[in-house]
Amino acid sequence: MTYLAKPTLHHPDLPTNTLGYTRRDYEGAVSTLCAGCGHDSISAAIVRACFELDLPPHRIAKLSGIGCSSKTPTYFLGNSHGFNSVHGRMPSVLTGANLANRDLIYLGVSGDGDSASIGIGQFAHAMRRGVNMVYIVENNGVYGLTKGQFSATADRGAKSKRGVVNIDSPIDMVGMALELGATFVARSFSGDKAQLVPLIKAALTHKGAAFIDCISPCVSFNNHLGSTKSFDYVREHNAAVNKLDYVAGQKEITVDYAPGKVELVTQHDGSVLRLRKLAGEYDVTDRIAAMEYLAGHYAKGEVVTGLLYVSLDSPDLHDYLNTVEKPLNTLDDSELCPGAAALQRINAALR
Amino acid sequence: MQPTDIRNPDYFHKVVDCQWACPSHTPVPLYLRLIAAKRFADSYMVNWESNVFPGILGRTCDRPCEPACRRGRVEAEPVAICRLKRVAADYKGDLGTRMPEPPGERNGKRVACVGAGPASLTVARDLALAGYRVVIYDGAARAGGMIRTQIPRFRLPEEVIDEEVGYIERLGVETRYNTWIGSLKELLGEGFDAVFIGSGAPRGRELDVPGRREAAEHIHIGIDWLASVSFGHVKSVGKRVVVLGGGNTAMDCCRTARRLGGEQVYVAVRSGFEQMKASPWEKEDAMGEGIPILDYLVPTEVLHDEGRLTGIVFAKVKAEFDAAGRRSLVPTGATVEIACDEVLVAIGQENAFPWIERDIGLDFDRHGLPALDPLTLQSTLPGVFFGGDAAFGPKNIIWAVAHGHQAAVSIDLYCRGEDAHERPPPMTTLASQKMGIHEWSYDNAVSLDLRYKVPHREQSLALADLGAEVELGYDPVLAYKEAERCLNCDIETVFTPKLCIECDACVDICPVDCITFTDDGEEAELRTRLSAPTHNPEQALYIGKGLKTGRIMAKDEDVCLHCGMCAERCPTGAWDMQQFLLKMTHAAPAAVASGAQR
Ligand SMILES: Cc1cc2nc3c(=O)[nH]c(=O)nc-3n(C[C@H](O)[C@H](O)[C@H](O)COP(=O)(O)OP(=O)(O)OC[C@H]3O[C@@H](n4cnc5c(N)ncnc54)[C@H](O)[C@@H]3O)c2cc1C
Ligand SMILES: Cc1ncc(C[n+]2csc(CCOP(=O)(O)OP(=O)(O)O)c2C)c(N)n1
Ligand code: SF4
Ligand code: SF4
Ligand code: SF4
Ligand SMILES: [Mg+2]
Repeated sequence: MTYLAKPTLHHPDLPTNTLGYTRRDYEGAVSTLCAGCGHDSISAAIVRACFELDLPPHRIAKLSGIGCSSKTPTYFLGNSHGFNSVHGRMPSVLTGANLANRDLIYLGVSGDGDSASIGIGQFAHAMRRGVNMVYIVENNGVYGLTKGQFSATADRGAKSKRGVVNIDSPIDMVGMALELGATFVARSFSGDKAQLVPLIKAALTHKGAAFIDCISPCVSFNNHLGSTKSFDYVREHNAAVNKLDYVAGQKEITVDYAPGKVELVTQHDGSVLRLRKLAGEYDVTDRIAAMEYLAGHYAKGEVVTGLLYVSLDSPDLHDYLNTVEKPLNTLDDSELCPGAAALQRINAALR
Repeated sequence: MQPTDIRNPDYFHKVVDCQWACPSHTPVPLYLRLIAAKRFADSYMVNWESNVFPGILGRTCDRPCEPACRRGRVEAEPVAICRLKRVAADYKGDLGTRMPEPPGERNGKRVACVGAGPASLTVARDLALAGYRVVIYDGAARAGGMIRTQIPRFRLPEEVIDEEVGYIERLGVETRYNTWIGSLKELLGEGFDAVFIGSGAPRGRELDVPGRREAAEHIHIGIDWLASVSFGHVKSVGKRVVVLGGGNTAMDCCRTARRLGGEQVYVAVRSGFEQMKASPWEKEDAMGEGIPILDYLVPTEVLHDEGRLTGIVFAKVKAEFDAAGRRSLVPTGATVEIACDEVLVAIGQENAFPWIERDIGLDFDRHGLPALDPLTLQSTLPGVFFGGDAAFGPKNIIWAVAHGHQAAVSIDLYCRGEDAHERPPPMTTLASQKMGIHEWSYDNAVSLDLRYKVPHREQSLALADLGAEVELGYDPVLAYKEAERCLNCDIETVFTPKLCIECDACVDICPVDCITFTDDGEEAELRTRLSAPTHNPEQALYIGKGLKTGRIMAKDEDVCLHCGMCAERCPTGAWDMQQFLLKMTHAAPAAVASGAQR
C-alpha cells in the first residue's frame, strides 16, 4: 500500500469520453491492499470499462461483502453509490436495491470466501432469480483478509504458503452459475486486462445476471509454487476459448472475418460482442456444451477463460415479477395507494 | 528494441530536463531540494561549482532550463528554477571555509584571458584551481564585462557582482584592469602557454536611415547608452523616448529610460510581438512599467528640425511565409509616425576584433567570427581559445560560463600536451533512495501548487530610483513552496526485469500512464501501443527485457512525475527510485568538488 493519494496531475493527452470525463474521474481512493494484489488490477479494469462505456458515475451502484476483494469498491468509482454490506450478504442487499430502483447499474464485487463459503446461498439465489447485475468474484483461492486460509475455491492438492495441502474438493463458481441460470458467464484473470476489460464492458451492458469469475492472485498468501491461483500457474495453464471485442451499439462493424473464426453476438442494447474463436468450435450460446467443456478441461488441469456462455433475450428479475417500468422508489403515494374504493373492491372480491 | 543501457550517462541526464537544457548542466533538482531543506549554503555551492555566478544568474539568467522543465508538460508553468537560485545566494549566510583554495604549488603554466566577462572569469576560476597562473586583462576598471556595464542595477545590484567576481579574484588570479589589449600578436609574444579570448560582442548595430546623422545628438546606440548610464555619464533622458529593437538590450533601455525621466516610452520592433528576442518575462516587466510594445514597425526616417530630433517614421509591415516556411516582412503601405525627443537603438550586437591581426594564422569566417572547433573552442592558432559572446556571437551569461568550462578543459589538455578532443567523462552516481516500505529520502508527494510570483518592489518606488532592485526575491517560506513544485527528475525509476512478476500494479497506479507491458517491436510502432500515446517523441522509452511472459516493459520517460508510486506499489522491488547525480568534469574537478555537498 501507499500512504499518498495518487496525484491528480495526469497525462497531457489523457482522453475524455462522451460525458467529458477522463479515466481518472472513475478512480476511487488510493488502495490499501498489499502492493501487487490482483484485486487492484481488477479495480483498474472496472475503471477502464466504465470510462470506455461512458457510464455516468452517479448511475452506478457498487455493492460488496467482506474481504480484501470486498474492500475494493472504495478504490474505484469514487463518485458512485456504494454499499459495503455484511459477510456474504452482498447479493441480497443488491437484490433489494435493484428492486427499489431498477434504473441504476448494479455492480456486485465479492471474493471467493465471501461468495463460495458464507454467502454461497445468497450467490445461488441471485443467479437463479436473474437479478440484473454484474457479479464479479475476485477469486484468489484464500481468505486474504484473514491471512490466507484456503477458501472453498482452492483446488484439491493445492499447497498453502506454509506447505499445508488442501484436501477438500473445490467449488467451481462458473459451473454453479451456469447450472443456476446466470445468463452471462465468464472467467478471466487479473493479469490480463486485454481480456478482462471487454468482458466487464459486455457484462455491464448485459441484461440479467452476469457472472465473472476473475482469478486474482493474492501476492501475500497465495502466489507461491504449489498454488493454483498464482500468476505463474494461471499464465501456464490459461486456456482461453475466445477473444472478445466489445463494440458499442452505434459503431458499425466493417471488418470482414473468415467464416467460422468470428462470432458476432448482438446484445439487447444493440452493442455487439465480437468473439474471435480460439478453441475450435466452442459455442458460447450452448449452456450444456459449456458445462461439459469446462468439466473436461478442468480434469486436464486447464484454466478455461473467456466468455463461456451468453443467453440473449433472457428475462430478468423485474420481468419475472412483472414490475412497473418506473423505479419503485420513485412511485408516490397516489401511485402506490389505490384508495379506499379500490380496497373495498378487492376485499369484496375475496369475500 | 534494445534494452536501455542506464549506464550511459546521457540516458538519465536527459530525463533531468532542466539539467540537460542548462548549458553548464547545473544539477537543478539537487539544489532545489537543498533550498527546501533550508540548506542554502550547500545549495549555493552546488550552483557555484557548475555555474560560477549563482547570485548573478539567479537574477538574470536567460533560463533555458525553464522551457525544458517537465513541470511545464504536466501543468501550466515550469518551476521557478532561476529565481530559486537567487534564494540560495540571498540566504546562504557565511560560506566559511567552503570556497576552495588553489593548490599551494602551481603547475608552472601561464594563461592569459582577454576580457573580464563571465567567460574569462570562468576560465580563470577553473584554471586557477587546477594550479595555473592566470592573468586577466580588461580595458574596464573592474571585472564583470557586460554584467557590470550593461545590465542595469535595478535588475542586478552591484554588490552581487562584486561578491561573485571577488570569489574568483581571491583565487590568486592576477588582474590587469584598465589595460586594453591592442594587439594579439604582442600578447602572444609574452610567452603565455595559452590565451583565452573572452572579449564579448561589443559593438551595437547602427541604424541606417535618412535623418540619422542630422539628429545624431539625440540618437544613441543602446549598449553604449546603458554603459554611459552605468558609469554615471548619462543622468537624464527626454520625456518622449522611442526604443528600437526587441531583445534584451531594448528591454533594459526602455526600463532605464522610464527611470531617467522618460514619461512616454515606446518600444518599436520590426517583428511580431511573439517573435521578439526578449524573454516573455522581460516583456512582461517592461509592459508592467507602462511601456507599450508596438510590433511590425520598420524605421524608415528620422524627423528633425534644426538638428533637433522631432520624431521617427515607420513602415507598418506584416509577416508572410514562403513555401519553405521562411518569414519575410512585407510593407502594408501604411506608415506610422511617433513624435519623440530621444531614440535608443537596440537592434542587435556585433563582434569586433580590431585588435586581432589578420596575418597571424588566426582565421575568421565570413561573418567576422573566429573559425573554431565547436567542441574544444580552439582557434586555428593552436594555443588560442575563444568563448562567450566572442566565440559565436552574442548569447548570454550561462552560455559564456559553459564556454568558459569547456575552454578551460581544452586549455588544460592542450597545456599537458594531450588531445583536446578526448574530453573527460562526467562524474555520475546512481543510488537508491529507499528508506522504508514506502519511505524515501526525498519528498515524493507531488505538490499541486501553481507557480509562485516573485514579490516586486512597489512600482512608484522602483521607478523613482534607478538603483532600486525591482525584484525582492522569494523569502524562505515562498521558496520552500516553490521548490516543492519540483518533480525531482533526478530521482530515477530503475527497473530490474528479473524481479518483475508482471502483476500490473505499477501500470495501474501510475498517475500519468508511463508504463506499458507489451510485445516487443520497432520503436515507432511500439510508441503507438503504449498506455498513453507518445506526446513527445524526443523523450526516451526505457526498455526492460527478460520478463517471464516474453513481453517487454516500456516506460515513456516523457511525463513521469518521479512520484515513486510504481516503486511503492511493486510487490517485488522491481522498481526502485535512485538518485542520479551528474557533475560535469571541469579542469579542476577534485579541488572544486570538495566545497559542495550532496
Ligand atoms: C543590455 C544587455 C542586457 C543583457 N542582459 C542579459 C541577461 O539578463 N541575462 C543574460 O544571460 N545575458 C544578458 N546579456 C548578455 C550578456 O551580458 C553577455 O552575453 C555576456 O556578458 C557575455 O560574456 P562574455 O564573457 O563573453 O563577454 P562580456 O561580458 O561582453 O565581456 C567582455 C569584456 O572584455 C573586455 N574587452 C573586450 N576587448 C578587449 C580588449 N581588446 N582588451 C581588454 N579588454 C577587452 C570588455 O571591456 C568586457 O569587459 C545582456 C546584454 C546586454 C547588452
Ligand atoms: C460473519 C463473518 N464471518 C467471518 C468473518 C471473517 N472474515 C473476514 S473476511 C473473510 C474471508 C474473505 O475471503 P474472500 O471473500 O475470499 O476475500 P479476500 O480477502 O480473499 O479477497 C472472513 C472469513 C467476518 N468478517 N464476518
Ligand atoms: S520538475 Fe524539477 S527536476 Fe524536473 S525539470 Fe522541472 S525543475 Fe528540473
Ligand atoms: S515515478 Fe512511477 S508511478 Fe510515478 S509517474 Fe513515474 S513511472 Fe509513474
Ligand atoms: S508492480 Fe513490480 S512486479 Fe508488478 S508489474 Fe510492475 S514492476 Fe512488475
Ligand atoms: Mg479470497
